[in-house]
Amino acid sequence: MQPVITVFKREFMGYFRSPVAYVFLVVFLISTIGLSWFIGGFFDTDDASLARFYTFLPWVYLFLIPAVGMRLWAEEKRSGTWELLFTLPLSVWQAVFGKFLAGWAFISVGILLTVTMPLTVAYLGDPDWGPIFSGYLGGILMAGAFLSICSLTSSFTQNQVISFVLSVAVCLVLVLLGWSVFSDLMLAANFPVWLVDGLSNFSFITHFTPMVRGLIALRDVLFFVSLGAFCLFVNVLTLER
Amino acid sequence: MIEAENLVKDFGSIRAVDHISFELKKGDILGFLGPNGAGKSTTMKMITGFLQPTSGTARVGGHDIQKEPIEAKKLFGYLPENGPLYQEMTPLEFLGFIADMRGIKNRVDREKNLQRVMEICHLQGVRHQPIETLSKGFRQRVGMAHAILHDPECLIMDEPTDGLDPNQKQEVRRLIASMASDKAILLSTHILDEVESMCNRIIIIAEGSIIADETPEALRRRHPRYNAVELDLDHGDAQPIREALRQLEPVGDVIEENGKIIAVPKNREEIDALVFATASRENWPVAGMGRFQIRLEEVFWDLTQL
Repeated sequence: MQPVITVFKREFMGYFRSPVAYVFLVVFLISTIGLSWFIGGFFDTDDASLARFYTFLPWVYLFLIPAVGMRLWAEEKRSGTWELLFTLPLSVWQAVFGKFLAGWAFISVGILLTVTMPLTVAYLGDPDWGPIFSGYLGGILMAGAFLSICSLTSSFTQNQVISFVLSVAVCLVLVLLGWSVFSDLMLAANFPVWLVDGLSNFSFITHFTPMVRGLIALRDVLFFVSLGAFCLFVNVLTLER
Repeated sequence: MIEAENLVKDFGSIRAVDHISFELKKGDILGFLGPNGAGKSTTMKMITGFLQPTSGTARVGGHDIQKEPIEAKKLFGYLPENGPLYQEMTPLEFLGFIADMRGIKNRVDREKNLQRVMEICHLQGVRHQPIETLSKGFRQRVGMAHAILHDPECLIMDEPTDGLDPNQKQEVRRLIASMASDKAILLSTHILDEVESMCNRIIIIAEGSIIADETPEALRRRHPRYNAVELDLDHGDAQPIREALRQLEPVGDVIEENGKIIAVPKNREEIDALVFATASRENWPVAGMGRFQIRLEEVFWDLTQL
């Protein structure tokens, strides 16, 4: 476990040694809060909840999490530091897990900094804290699943741009499958209902929505955890040449 | 300490390393020589467990790098080619990370080791500067410091002096030589002077195979002019002297080159005393005399041109 902690520490601090951390945090806060405020019509709903805030979360993740994840392995490969890392006494899974945890913790810091939103809601009205809490839990779990995909795609290449584009493409599919607009389109194109339903089971949105409503179901948690575990497992395999 | 056993590495249809075997003991400084692309780095990457061999294996301190990678990796320090480093960290942060990785937890030990390598590698002055702002020489020294931080029994270095200026090269060589007695050191280079001044054993590889594995002296012995004697004449005619030299029993060939007479022994034996005695007896007008300087470059050239 010690090597995992060491890798985690180096990687997590690494975000703050470069401007990446500050740019990410600022853009993340502006886009999540800005979108719910201005596009989502936060005030117009006249509702003391964070539903509008959560609606945009998967879409913000879609671009910002690949921006964090693209460098995880691509950068190590480009600069050659993975040779350094993998000749130190640690196993590949320890390196993969440590780096993943660091990225996840960093994104979680961004998510937790949106605490001004629930505070605002609490100041303006009398919110139901259950869905707010479960929404945050879902948001953090979903971020982990997004990041595990990015970690995997980033290990395929030493080019961060390719890594970013690949991550966005894969994540986009997993977001779209559960987006109601997309499902309606598929149904309109005469896709069978069972297929559309089946596919939407693979979507982030499908498993995130119940949590926004305050329902923490085992199957949703399992979806995020198993997707993450699967991606990291394949990630280890790709790095064990 | 380090054993390579029939290491083979194929990249697609190209065989980069072809059945390389050797063994390294404590006190050995082995110079790994070869033209670019001969398979030096690939071999080192397999020994350090970064690349998986197509067949064969390597052991460090008796631990198989494939089967017990963690145990094996604890025993060596490795300086990869071009010294890759985490650029955004400072040397102190970076070496601290390596110390954690090496499991040096005890605060006193940790402090002592960091202090020691920073002193050896002269990093005190730059320890708080991000590595990306350091010159190539300093970066190489940070790499070196990271490799020796846990005072390993084996040291594996891929072109440790590459890209350094002559002074820095000299310093790195001195550093390596000073650590030689209680370690097994494997280093690659394409600078022959370097091997001559540091190593007590040389392996030359070309096209993935070992073509020579011996001491620098044995390598020099391969030169056709090994133990030849060079005479620098003050004045006079060289012709009779060449004739006289040719008459000497152990002398095979006598050549005149750049105004000097070179007597080459038949069986690579020493002929200095004989030539000197003859010269003084015959009162030859000799201004200077000495062993013909053998350059390993020439031996290397001959071996790798095959």
